[in-house]
Amino acid sequence: MTAPLLSVRDLHVTFGLPEGVVKAVDGVSFDVLPGRVMGIVGESGCGKSVTMRAILQLVDEPGRIDKGEVLFRGGAQHAGGQDAAIIDLAKLPRHGAQMRAIRGAEIGLIPQEPMAAFSPVHTIGHQIIEAIQLHQFKWRADGGKLSKHDARDIVVDLFRDVGISMPEQRVDAYSWQMSGGLRQRAMIAMALSCKPRLLIADEPTTAIDVTTQAQVLALLRELQRKHGTAIIFITHDLGVIAQMANDVTVMYLGRVVEQGAVDTIFHAAKHPYTRALLRSIPSIAAKTRVALPTISGTLPHPFNRPTGCPYHPRCDEVIAITCSKQVPSLQPLGDGQSVSCFLYQAKTD
Amino acid sequence: MTAHMSGAPSKPLLQVRNLQKIFPVTAGVFRKTVGEVRAVDDVTFDVHEGETLGLVGESGCGKTTTSRCILRAIEPTSGQIWFRRMHGEIVDLASMSREQLRPLRAEIQLIFQDPFGSLNPRMTLFDNVGEPLLVNGMANRNARMDRVAELLGLVGLRAEFMHRFPHAFSGGQRQRIGIARALSTNPRLVVADEPVSALDVSVQAQVLNLLLELQERLRLTFLFVAHDLSVVRHISDRVAVMYVGQLVELAPTNTLFTRPRHPYTAALMRAVPVPDPRIRVGEVTLKGEVPSPANPPSGCYFHPRCSFAQERCRQETPALREPAPGHFVRCHFADQLDLTPEAL
Repeated sequence: MTAPLLSVRDLHVTFGLPEGVVKAVDGVSFDVLPGRVMGIVGESGCGKSVTMRAILQLVDEPGRIDKGEVLFRGGAQHAGGQDAAIIDLAKLPRHGAQMRAIRGAEIGLIPQEPMAAFSPVHTIGHQIIEAIQLHQFKWRADGGKLSKHDARDIVVDLFRDVGISMPEQRVDAYSWQMSGGLRQRAMIAMALSCKPRLLIADEPTTAIDVTTQAQVLALLRELQRKHGTAIIFITHDLGVIAQMANDVTVMYLGRVVEQGAVDTIFHAAKHPYTRALLRSIPSIAAKTRVALPTISGTLPHPFNRPTGCPYHPRCDEVIAITCSKQVPSLQPLGDGQSVSCFLYQAKTD
Repeated sequence: MTAHMSGAPSKPLLQVRNLQKIFPVTAGVFRKTVGEVRAVDDVTFDVHEGETLGLVGESGCGKTTTSRCILRAIEPTSGQIWFRRMHGEIVDLASMSREQLRPLRAEIQLIFQDPFGSLNPRMTLFDNVGEPLLVNGMANRNARMDRVAELLGLVGLRAEFMHRFPHAFSGGQRQRIGIARALSTNPRLVVADEPVSALDVSVQAQVLNLLLELQERLRLTFLFVAHDLSVVRHISDRVAVMYVGQLVELAPTNTLFTRPRHPYTAALMRAVPVPDPRIRVGEVTLKGEVPSPANPPSGCYFHPRCSFAQERCRQETPALREPAPGHFVRCHFADQLDLTPEAL
């Protein structure tokens, strides 16, 4: 068993608002193994994006990490051999040099909206060159200086790698001169520019069309094979998860409800929420114009979290009293599958 | 074919003929026209009474412009839009004046994409849903109250919600409110522009079921504009596919999905990620980018990306033909290509 590259342990993130405290992430744990793709699925408000921002210490005020650990296996610069240092990112100061050296260089981020992520007043090339020069130790192992000219050559190569045509010209383009697909490719080039060992892709294809999405997903798969980068892939699209992930974490209202290998999740899901979610997608191969099975009710308001298991008011297999009073914990079922549900805990007790 | 289609042969409610919308590209101080964008380029289709016609395509393909032209929210450049009115009179929406259109507005309604932007946050549900009634002459407040209560019930919301403001509702509930408002005037044609794409999967299923149920109950006709093929397959009786302003294929839903005749339709379907890790799609079939409608390629607009393209495709623009009854396609080789999922 390989040691995980990133271990999130019992992470809690809360937002203290005038109306009350919102528990955005409520005890989330998962491991990302080197070279694997961890898919994180959940509907809006399940805390998947906040979890990712917490890993990078990017949670905006008034949000804060209350509890938990984000254990990251130290980077190449302190790789002294077998037992590279394990750093708890949650304990590092947000604006400290150590955290800044990890963001971008060790953990790359592909944000959801490539339009909003690039500055419109600087060329794309300029913005990537800036990142490369900031983390130049990644490119110059001897500690020497990396000139702007060399950095520019790196960007051109990266653009070629991610399939941007005419890379020499495109380096000097502004983000608004590019199409959605090109911008997302440029964003991937930027995220990869410092050779991170972990890439966080937050809904990277949500804003683009299916045919472009297919191209971007193929590109990510190819780059992942080539460089062995581990990826945390966040999406609400179960089709994308099925195509991309090795392992899957399903979240609901800030908690992990189920975890397992991608095949287990899609073919042997245990948690009632996972199963209901899978049933409710209109499939391209399904019969037309028949009512879809739905999940009853709606997502509760963040200030109005249900007691007990957060899913119990919508669950069709709810166990009277137990589910509304007690909070289930994530229990392993073997074969790498874990589930947080009393239906399965009863058996193990 | 589905149950409600197999009844009496339905007459077309809407007939769009050679619809065209050209936006000028202007430059300079005097806004001189320097080019044109053919957003909708010679689009022809029918929508039958009681059916759902799905209109799909990628961004910029002209599907929204087409639907807006039907509503006359955008002025079409040329073409006809024949609409059969309640009492059988057939009118051309494209050539009517704004004043003439006014009484027709009640018969054609719109459901918007963004449930957060489409409701007035300063108006209660009663005002939001009841405004079309007021505009259409229902001046009595109590009568409007009754009607709004009935409409809210129809979309699965409680009548007491009438006095609340939109901010108190979730995305799915707001979309229901938008549907209630669209139905307030008893429309016959409802244009739904990406009505579920802003919603989460579990809520999306609820809204799709609601639309299906309302259609059965009220005998509505839907023009359903969307980019999500699985949603379109789920809700439509027939599907029209657009590419760079042109209609490239139109067929009954099952025929289109099992036996597409246009290479673009086939490629589009293959690009949809299958929610099953055991069916992983290998290579990407569609390379390159969608051409700009301001500068479309010669011949068939799809030829630079088409793996079956031949010399003829580069030079000659294909016309929309009907190789099988009810199956329209704009491809020179529609009869020769086998594009079934098994063959690809």
